[in-house]
Amino acid sequence: MPRIARTGNEAMAEAMRQINPHVVAAYPITPATEIVMIFAGFVANGVVDTQFVAVESEHSAMSACVGAAAAGCRVMTGTSSQGLQLMSEILPIASALALPIVLCEVNRALSGPINIHCDHSDTMAVRDFGWIQIFAENAQEAYDSVLQAVVIAENMQVRLPAMVTTDGFIISHCMERVEALEDAEVKKYVGEFKAVNSVLDVGKPLTMGCLDLQDYYFEHKMPIVESMKKAKDVILEVGLDFGKQFGREYGLVENYKMDDAEIAMVAMGSTCGTARVVVDELRGKGVKAGLLKVRAFRPFPAEEIKQSLSKLKSVAIMDRSDMFKNQGGQVFTEIRSAMYGGANSPILTNYIYGLGGREISLDDIRKIFAEQKKNAESGEVSQLIQHFGVRI
Amino acid sequence: MPGLRDLVKKSDPLTGGHRACAGCGAPIVVRQVLMSSKDPVVVVSATGCLEVVTTIFPYSAWTVPFLHNAFENSAATCSGIEAAYQALKRTGKIKEGQHINFVAFGGDGGTYDIGFQSLSGAVERGHDMLYVCYNNEAYMNTGIQRSSATPKGASTTTAPAGKVIPGKVQFSKNLTEIMVAHEMPYVAQSAVGFWRDLTSKAEKAFSIRGPKFINVLQPCRLGWGYKPADTAAIGRLAADTCVWPLYEVENGKYKLTYKPKEKKPVVEFLKSQDRFRHLLKPGNEAILESIQKETDKRWEALLAKSEG
Repeated sequence: MPRIARTGNEAMAEAMRQINPHVVAAYPITPATEIVMIFAGFVANGVVDTQFVAVESEHSAMSACVGAAAAGCRVMTGTSSQGLQLMSEILPIASALALPIVLCEVNRALSGPINIHCDHSDTMAVRDFGWIQIFAENAQEAYDSVLQAVVIAENMQVRLPAMVTTDGFIISHCMERVEALEDAEVKKYVGEFKAVNSVLDVGKPLTMGCLDLQDYYFEHKMPIVESMKKAKDVILEVGLDFGKQFGREYGLVENYKMDDAEIAMVAMGSTCGTARVVVDELRGKGVKAGLLKVRAFRPFPAEEIKQSLSKLKSVAIMDRSDMFKNQGGQVFTEIRSAMYGGANSPILTNYIYGLGGREISLDDIRKIFAEQKKNAESGEVSQLIQHFGVRI
Repeated sequence: MPGLRDLVKKSDPLTGGHRACAGCGAPIVVRQVLMSSKDPVVVVSATGCLEVVTTIFPYSAWTVPFLHNAFENSAATCSGIEAAYQALKRTGKIKEGQHINFVAFGGDGGTYDIGFQSLSGAVERGHDMLYVCYNNEAYMNTGIQRSSATPKGASTTTAPAGKVIPGKVQFSKNLTEIMVAHEMPYVAQSAVGFWRDLTSKAEKAFSIRGPKFINVLQPCRLGWGYKPADTAAIGRLAADTCVWPLYEVENGKYKLTYKPKEKKPVVEFLKSQDRFRHLLKPGNEAILESIQKETDKRWEALLAKSEG
């Protein structure tokens, strides 16, 4: 297994090279540009068979992806922030047409004000469009998850588009050690693309993208509902199988020192890496601290989270995005909803942090755990929702 | 060039029973274009009248492969299908010999306005596809709103003829010339009412590899306000008054494909439709004059560029 030094973007582009999709349609945007640039180099040097469509906007990128996927092809793209927003009109069309497009998304704050650094507001803004969403903690996970996303999305029980996200600059531009698979291994792992329907099948003409009104629309949204339910099992199966084959196992969530934990942090993406260090520190001091990493945000692993958190005393839920509704961020909202009705529920508090790339340090996380410890001891919530790290 | 006898024998890409208005010109455009293809076709349509009246689930009027994605992206979507075709051909999944013609349809709203960027991008990238604008000079599907294709003076629901403003104030955007400026292999203008002109142009377009664009004036009986039986006649009147000249530009070379025997005054075209009725009332002479003047200017400019 080759060990290589790669940034998150390079790791994702490398996965794309090995997957060798039929079509890639993409447009440059910081901090995801490199993925497209590196891939364009693969095309220019003839190391992939891909038809690369260098479109004039992200809207056209996703539109061309839908066209190519409807033509029975394995299709990939990459984007970030405003680009994902510009695609957003077409994202629910891709899922409604059951097109297993895989998108490499680099999390970046939405304008305005304009900002190029990491938060999760872009990915969160498209969370309800019938796309599978997987958050990677580091470049290795980004690489592994892009490979898995192809298998998950193309699974006949799922057949939904999927996005794998990394945190802008923090993962996308930082060099890490990545264990890559051999080209032949990837080829075998992702297998041949199996088209279900194709508009190129001129012998069997299909009408796709019909006008669908009160009498059918509702029924035609149900396959997405059913596929998302099945996607949970498929993500687990694929993650387990990946572990068996290549030694790195994945799930919907990751429990880190959660077995006997009394206080914990719930986070997604790169922040988990920082939180692990603090959890280890606290464990060294005898504090029963843990980390729950949410890897799949769509489908939402409500049962798994409930199981992980129900025996705890106090939990800090980290949101790198605000919903501007006075009720906390997306992760907090969904976890609170998941915990409702359970016999035991810990104190849940929400930390909206790191907007626009504001750094979250070890000290910040120490402070948050200290607050959880206080909550656990007193049994009271000091502050339900806080915008952590913002200057007042 | 196919004759009528040949055309009627061809299988119909768009069956009857669709829900277009009586006298709608759009299905005429679709049939004449697609029947001119010797090879199989794959069709993409923008959101709009054509898509709405032909694909209402569980029915479809299409007997050829058809994909509708959204409003502003029929060119980009079609470019994705064409890219897929190239990829599958290269990897041996599609036989070399089997040629498919890719055709994207859009109304004037989906072409001149919201889909303009998508069209321009697809043309610049050089995809092997034909884009056909069925140009009825307003957003007819949503209820007759002005577009940049709407002619000056026309009354629409978002530029209505009122007491102070007499309908649309601006002249239409000359999209055909903008497409010529893309220096693409083939650009043409045609109109409903000239079946031989349109089928010849479509046939020529299909014989050329690379991006092609045909802008077809499509009278709309509902939005323009005339009797359903007059669709073809009004299309012909547009050419006879030179408000909509028929021509083609092949590799930069202009050619008029129809020269009216007698150039009729624009008012003949205007008075045939309710959308211009208010202009015929006293006090609007200056507007009529400006429309005639602009029509003449564009016609003269076209003549100067054309051969034969």
